[in-house]
Amino acid sequence: MDTLVFLPTLTHPTGEIPLNPPLEIVPFLSAITIVAILKRAMDYETVIGLEVHAQLLTKSKMFCRCSTDYASAPPNTHVCPVCLGMPGVLPTINQQAVEYTVMTALALNCTISDYTKFDRKNYPYPDLMKGYQISQYDAPFGHHGWLNIEVNGQKKKVAITRVHLEEDVAKLVHRASPGNGSYSLVDVNRSGVPLMEVVGEPDLRSPEEARQYLIKLRSILQYLGVSTGNMEEGSFRCDANISIRPKKSQELLAKVEVKNMNSFKAVYRALTYEAERQRKRAAEGKKLSQETRGWVEDKGITVAQRSKEYAHDYRYFPEPDLAPLVLSKEWVEAVRAKLPELPEARRDRFLAQYDLPLYDTNLLTGSKAMADYFEDCLKADKASPAPAKEISNWLLGEVSRIINANSIDIADFRKKVSPERLVGLLALGKKGEVSAAAAKSVLEEMFASGQPAEDIIAQRNLRQISDSGAIEKEVMEAIKNNARAVADYKAGKKQSLKFLVGQVMRATRGRADPGLINELLLKKLEEV
Amino acid sequence: MIPPQLTIHEAHRLLKARKLSSVELTKACLERTKELEPKLKALVTVTGELASSQAEKADQRLAGGKGHPLTGVPVVIKDVICTKGVPTTCSSRMLENFIPPYDATVMEKLNACGAVIMGKANMDEFAMGSSTEHSAFFPTHNPWDLSRVPGGSSGGSAVAVAADEGIYALGSDTGGSIRQPAGFCSVVGMKPTYGRVSRYGLVAFASSLDQIGPLTKDVTDCAIVLNAIAGYDNRDSTSVPEPTPDYTRCLTSDLKGLTLGVPREYFVEGMQAGVKTALQAAIKKLEELGAKIDWEVSLPSTPYALAAYYIIAPSEASANLARYDGVKYGFSYTDTDSMWEAMEKTRQFGFGDEVKRRIMLGTYALSAGYYDAYYLKAQKVRTLIRREFDQAFTKYDALITPTSPTVPFKIGEKLDDPLQMYLSDVCTLPINIAGVPAISIPAGFDDGLPIGMQVIGKPFGEEAILKVAYAYEQATEWHKQRAGI
Repeated sequence: MDTLVFLPTLTHPTGEIPLNPPLEIVPFLSAITIVAILKRAMDYETVIGLEVHAQLLTKSKMFCRCSTDYASAPPNTHVCPVCLGMPGVLPTINQQAVEYTVMTALALNCTISDYTKFDRKNYPYPDLMKGYQISQYDAPFGHHGWLNIEVNGQKKKVAITRVHLEEDVAKLVHRASPGNGSYSLVDVNRSGVPLMEVVGEPDLRSPEEARQYLIKLRSILQYLGVSTGNMEEGSFRCDANISIRPKKSQELLAKVEVKNMNSFKAVYRALTYEAERQRKRAAEGKKLSQETRGWVEDKGITVAQRSKEYAHDYRYFPEPDLAPLVLSKEWVEAVRAKLPELPEARRDRFLAQYDLPLYDTNLLTGSKAMADYFEDCLKADKASPAPAKEISNWLLGEVSRIINANSIDIADFRKKVSPERLVGLLALGKKGEVSAAAAKSVLEEMFASGQPAEDIIAQRNLRQISDSGAIEKEVMEAIKNNARAVADYKAGKKQSLKFLVGQVMRATRGRADPGLINELLLKKLEEV
Repeated sequence: MIPPQLTIHEAHRLLKARKLSSVELTKACLERTKELEPKLKALVTVTGELASSQAEKADQRLAGGKGHPLTGVPVVIKDVICTKGVPTTCSSRMLENFIPPYDATVMEKLNACGAVIMGKANMDEFAMGSSTEHSAFFPTHNPWDLSRVPGGSSGGSAVAVAADEGIYALGSDTGGSIRQPAGFCSVVGMKPTYGRVSRYGLVAFASSLDQIGPLTKDVTDCAIVLNAIAGYDNRDSTSVPEPTPDYTRCLTSDLKGLTLGVPREYFVEGMQAGVKTALQAAIKKLEELGAKIDWEVSLPSTPYALAAYYIIAPSEASANLARYDGVKYGFSYTDTDSMWEAMEKTRQFGFGDEVKRRIMLGTYALSAGYYDAYYLKAQKVRTLIRREFDQAFTKYDALITPTSPTVPFKIGEKLDDPLQMYLSDVCTLPINIAGVPAISIPAGFDDGLPIGMQVIGKPFGEEAILKVAYAYEQATEWHKQRAGI
């Protein structure tokens, strides 16, 4: 009799059960087969290597003087004969892009090549204006580097193969024709934007490690100020090579390249799916083929892409229009000396300097903008700085809540509420001008309106009531209206006091000093 | 003498003295062009209106006493150099309707001098060829014998100068494309040092070999044009920030103290006797002028230059010509619903056979598994050739060779034999491989057909070769002979 069985999900390397896709259902053969499948499936490990492309934050393009600020510009308005690939044009190297790439390579502990050059990567596609991309083949700016990641408290060093510089391609917009077919439009604004590629070694062993690697790499680029690292907007892109191999073996099964992942979450989901898919095929004794697969976000699956377009011999050769670059040791050392503090160093300094818990420190320094905000808060009131832990609590609590609720980042928040203003709010709390409960809604209002705390407190009449006469009146009212709670309290139910405090708070719209309410309530309850 | 026969310096003297106006000179050149073009077919585009308006402006400038030696002097531009608003076809169907939205750096420089642009010259398609027969439009005829080729690929430029359609011309030289037609048409043609003249706006054939240079009626004119176009350009990373001297100041008729070498490898098998005889006589003349001649120089890697050239140039070309896909500009095959078919058919119908042959050669040479055996090896040969030149120039001020082993051949004679055609450049392409400068000057005739002498210099040694060329020219009458057309 045939029954159905779910294939095991226990083999997932992080031990988590993937949400997507719905598990495939296969016919049950025999218990022995299942055990064998289970056993074989558990014996594989996942091997992942990531290739990241990051657009560099230069003012002009890689090989011409066109502005890179095209995000909100109409199509084909940031173009010139050079980035259009007109006959007769020649490229000239953007020095800032070279510096940014070397900065990144240094931050990733790479060896910097003293002799580097550009090469032509040849392939035909309508998004490639010259029919070749100016890239780097065998002499990248940086090579043999590494970065540290941390997964479940375990530190891991991930090797970086190389860091090189190339140019972005134009953007194709596909449209449906009135008939049955489709056509494509070319927007050349993006063509020639400096694109840095960071190739990692296949040292990653799980989708979670891959995610942490990306988070760390992005954080480093943001600390360096060389890229926005925005994956959704396409300024930070990731392709993954993923394969499985029997544990204790060095021999990989077929290497699969996964493309089209447009968020950190998508990378995690796609790799989780793909590792699972490969295990299933291997467990079923099916052959795995070397191929390129595309992540289909809404379906939560990867699908094989047509191999014809991707089976290229790129015919690399040195770009004859650009002389090789010789980077002097002095110049490289000058770039190194200019490197800003990087995430790990900043975390260590925060730990030593601010006496914060490791948890807080990791979260605060994970984003440069957040760490900057934190330190700017400390600097805002030099005379009597707010305690570091209090600022941290606000940033990781209420501020993070507002950021998440509005799908923005700390930089957007900062435009509405400067560190000085946040510190101003905290100072009012310290002076007793606003209660902790009211302060939260004041912050909300500060973010919404962009006004300082004082104005909001005044307008909305949120000043903390420290006048015992006014509070006493509300206390008496609460006792009068809540006879049951009062009786409970008298009978020994001490938590009824909290309820009564809450009633007074509500009546004063959170403005009353909680200490005073407590004190007055205790006193009045004695008298009842 | 009719005005179109003037040299630049002769015309400038008359223009400056206001004995001739640019409008008159330009009109005369345009009329002569109109008369001769049916026979010669040197020009792809005649820019009569542009020339007339530029001539008027030039006259105003000259009247104000602010003339440059090139102000008001009509020039013909090889159709591989981008001219803003004027079709730049590369003599290809692919770019038949292409009008550049920008000027090449050399055009900006000529325009700043007040030049009069009278037309765009025919050429082998995308500068690939040695006879101008590979133009997609029509072959150009040699004014010394209309049944013969003018050489190439700058054949149109050389003919326009030799037949006095224009006063001078610009060409481009990747393996001899200025010097070989200069030799075939008995005019002066120079390929400057690689990096001496900006390539910005020169439609690329082989980027590491291409160089723009002048075609003129005498050596003085060559120096004047080089003065105008040479110099570093921040839009061309391969142009060199070397100071640009005044090249007219090195033109003296005395060669005392100079040592000239004659590399024997350039007197190749298959060289015509008339060419050899003329060269020997020319070299004797240089000796009479005071130069010390060493007849026994050897550049042993020379025989490998041709093979290296036909790997490097097509490899670079295969990438340079990849942009012509019908998507952005130029010819576009549209009779299909498939993007790939449109791109393939655009290239199938847009390129001529010689261009396709070289794209295939280059694509093959760069392919995985062949790169080391072909491209990398060719680059090593290139290094050897360059070293031999460097070595030679520690002893010699210049080297003397024929420009081409033959006089102009018949139209159609080598069209079906690409290898024979390639051999026509055997004396000129090692110079591009080495990146050094060389000039071809008229050095006699064999049965009424022109013979060119090539003078090769060290990198940025244009002054030395201009000096040798000028002294020889002053002592001979070859450059004064005119094609009887």
